[in-house]
Amino acid sequence: MSFKKTLVTAGAALSTLPSLALAQNQVNMSPGVTEIGAQIYDLHMLILIICVVIGLLVFGVMFYSIIYHRKSRGVVPSQFHESTKVEIAWTAVPFLILVAMAVPATSTLLEVYDNDEAELDILITGYQWKWRYEYLDTSGETVAFFSNLATPQEAIYNTEDKGEHYLLEVDEPLVIPVDTKVRFLVTANDVIHSWWVPEIAVKRDAIPGFINEAWSKVSEEGIYRGQCTELCGAYHGFMPIVVHAVSRQEFDSWMAAKRDEAVSELAAVGMEMSLEALMSEGEAVYNRQCVACHGAAGEGGVGKAIAGSAVALGDLNTHLDIGIKGVVGTSMQAFGNQLSDSEMAAVITYQRNAFGNNTGDVVQPADVAQHRKG
Amino acid sequence: MGAHHHGPAKGITRWLFTTNHKDIGTMYLWFSFAMFILGGAFAMVIRAELFQPGMQLVEPGFFNQMTTLHGLVMVFGAIMPSFVGLANWLIPMMIGAPDMALPRMNNWSFWILPPGFLMLASTLFMEGGAPAFGWTFYAPLSTTYAPPSVTFFIFAIHVLGMSSIMGSINIIATVMNMRAPGMSYMKLPLFVWTWLITAFLLVAVMPVLAGAVTMMLMDIHFGTSFFSAAGGGDPVLFQHIFWFFGHPEVYIIILPAFGVVSQIIPAFSRKPLFGYASMVYATASIAFLSFIVWAHHMYTVGMPVAGELYFMYATMLIAVPTGVKVFNWISTMWRGALSFETPMLFAIGFLVLFTIGGFTGLMLSIAPADFQYHDTYFVVAHFHYVMVAGAVFSMTAAVYFWLPKWTGRMYNETMGKVHFWVSFVGFNITFFPQHFVGLAGMPRRVPDYALQFADFNMMSSIGAFVYGASQILFLYNVVATIVAGAKVSDEKVWDGAEGLEWTVPTPAPYHTFEVPPKVDAAPAYI
Repeated sequence: MSFKKTLVTAGAALSTLPSLALAQNQVNMSPGVTEIGAQIYDLHMLILIICVVIGLLVFGVMFYSIIYHRKSRGVVPSQFHESTKVEIAWTAVPFLILVAMAVPATSTLLEVYDNDEAELDILITGYQWKWRYEYLDTSGETVAFFSNLATPQEAIYNTEDKGEHYLLEVDEPLVIPVDTKVRFLVTANDVIHSWWVPEIAVKRDAIPGFINEAWSKVSEEGIYRGQCTELCGAYHGFMPIVVHAVSRQEFDSWMAAKRDEAVSELAAVGMEMSLEALMSEGEAVYNRQCVACHGAAGEGGVGKAIAGSAVALGDLNTHLDIGIKGVVGTSMQAFGNQLSDSEMAAVITYQRNAFGNNTGDVVQPADVAQHRKG
Repeated sequence: MGAHHHGPAKGITRWLFTTNHKDIGTMYLWFSFAMFILGGAFAMVIRAELFQPGMQLVEPGFFNQMTTLHGLVMVFGAIMPSFVGLANWLIPMMIGAPDMALPRMNNWSFWILPPGFLMLASTLFMEGGAPAFGWTFYAPLSTTYAPPSVTFFIFAIHVLGMSSIMGSINIIATVMNMRAPGMSYMKLPLFVWTWLITAFLLVAVMPVLAGAVTMMLMDIHFGTSFFSAAGGGDPVLFQHIFWFFGHPEVYIIILPAFGVVSQIIPAFSRKPLFGYASMVYATASIAFLSFIVWAHHMYTVGMPVAGELYFMYATMLIAVPTGVKVFNWISTMWRGALSFETPMLFAIGFLVLFTIGGFTGLMLSIAPADFQYHDTYFVVAHFHYVMVAGAVFSMTAAVYFWLPKWTGRMYNETMGKVHFWVSFVGFNITFFPQHFVGLAGMPRRVPDYALQFADFNMMSSIGAFVYGASQILFLYNVVATIVAGAKVSDEKVWDGAEGLEWTVPTPAPYHTFEVPPKVDAAPAYI
């Protein structure tokens, strides 16, 4: 075991050399901030080093031959071409090396699969193209929210500078407590996605109609970033994951604040909002939820144009229907369970009054609530 | 009767109606080269967009169409037909047969390919665009959420599948029935052996692929729910079926490449292949194992741990026969009298880079580590080391090796060597940094990426342009050889080449072995 440790340490030391020279250009897997992540990293380094050693031996022999057994050196080719003993040896030895690799791989895998006794359960649902997190906790108001890409379209299309966390930033991160076994229940709403955060060593496919389990116990507070890793349509590259690992106290107070928020949201149902308030919130919602498909100026793209569209200029009920229920068989999903009444009211108002759609219609949260009831 | 040879028909009918294995082989080779250029053009679009962070040239949806078509065209249009072309040219000449066993079907299996690919490529111009769900077309992205062109894609896959099945049946029938007297199985050149085994793999798995796309068709148009949980189906079922085809498929691509290298290395080592029998057994073992390891592509779908362990152990086992092959090739070179003409350079390039791809394959087989590698650029690097540096390098080696025999003219050796070195360097600049970005966390199939991946992506794109450009040199060299290469008349062409194909005149006449040849009791290549 100590030999293995030495190898791993040597390899780790080697692998940090280039990364020191090229600060941004990480060249190796990160051991991350979980025990499993560190185990996987060790396993990765062990196998990498075994491969490198075997590779050096094999290529060494080959290059020796290339240099010394050249026709141009006047060598007379030997004609040997068979040896059962040698064949048996190079079948058996690799087999034994594989067995040696399989032992640590098996024990790590069994740990990865040990989903029992989690202290916190979080339901993760993949949507085209965002994540929804729900804290499965029976006490109090349910805390659930969507996590959308926060990088502006202008940065993606190069008219604005790209920030440090370009494409790896969200409007609302997942918050988890450190030193706590958190179980992730992963599923999807539409197509298959995959939830991956390298630093916490969790990657699980999010499959519509099935729930997969994974777990993590993060040991260091910090912000950890990841991405969807299963091709899920046009904006697959634009649904990042950000996890904030915080102390237990911080987590509890965050949770309490989220519960209050949920309660006040319910209270806001009867509230009247001004056109200005609706338009400014509507713009924010639009830029988060709609802009990728419908364009920054409502000109359309994957989705239909909103500027001058029959829906945005026509019957309000049809417009609300599409917003809430989506259009079956297209990428236009049902936003009914993704947006609150006030968000829905705001974005519909915005769509009916922006981009030259000057209908003057004002939709209030109460109208949305009424429409939902049918 | 006398030796009456009738030559090929004149004009276009020679190619449309031909049943001659050499003509059909030639058509397969040119067609696959055209597809290689087309698939390469798609790759250039991909690398140009990924040159810098941010969206510059194409939209994300179109980018996905490019990755999808790049994969499909390269696998089904470039690599597979190129080896079928090679098989057509060489198998009859290697086993002493006058032609393939089923020459008319041979014509048909080639001629349905161009319309199939025309249909696939035409999806680019359809409303909603071409398929954009990756060459692995996972449901439900490829069913419920697919563009309307998916139906054309399904039909195209059926056509390509039929072509492959017919081609394989032909190869099996030819090898089993048309060997010259005395050409027993254990005297078959290794290229023939690898193709015989590949043909069995194809016949076994292409119908599985046809089943998968037919189930998709049913889900899309006829209201079934094979792959939709809402109707009692299972999206993961699609992946099991796809990879039950897909894993043998990768060996379908690489086994004939093994065969080619097993012909070329002995020729330029001037020494028989080391461990002929063990090479045959290793090939057969790899083929067998390829059927029982498919779910290692699916470690993250949430299989039970027992399933994960089984697929991990079974996958690791593949390293054993593959290792045997590499050791045998190197032992063949050991104490030979090596020379380094272009085919040998590509064969050695294959040996080095394929071995690296094999190592990363072994790393990927380790299930817990794969949770970090899966669907990242590490995987992209891995399979390009085996597909490009494996299959394509070996195919290139084959063209340089047999071109003088086919045409009676010698290619330009200097240009060939330049082609090798530019390809080799370009390839590694393209794909080696992809290991790094993958390990650092860059997912595959993304049109844009975080800033920390920028430098390596730019390097990768530059390498890709270099590698792409080097293929123009290849095309030029081949055309220049056919048109005006120095004449060769020596039957052997290469002093170390062994086998029946080197006993016929150079260039190989339109009809060979109308009278079966005499096969030595102990051929020199065993």
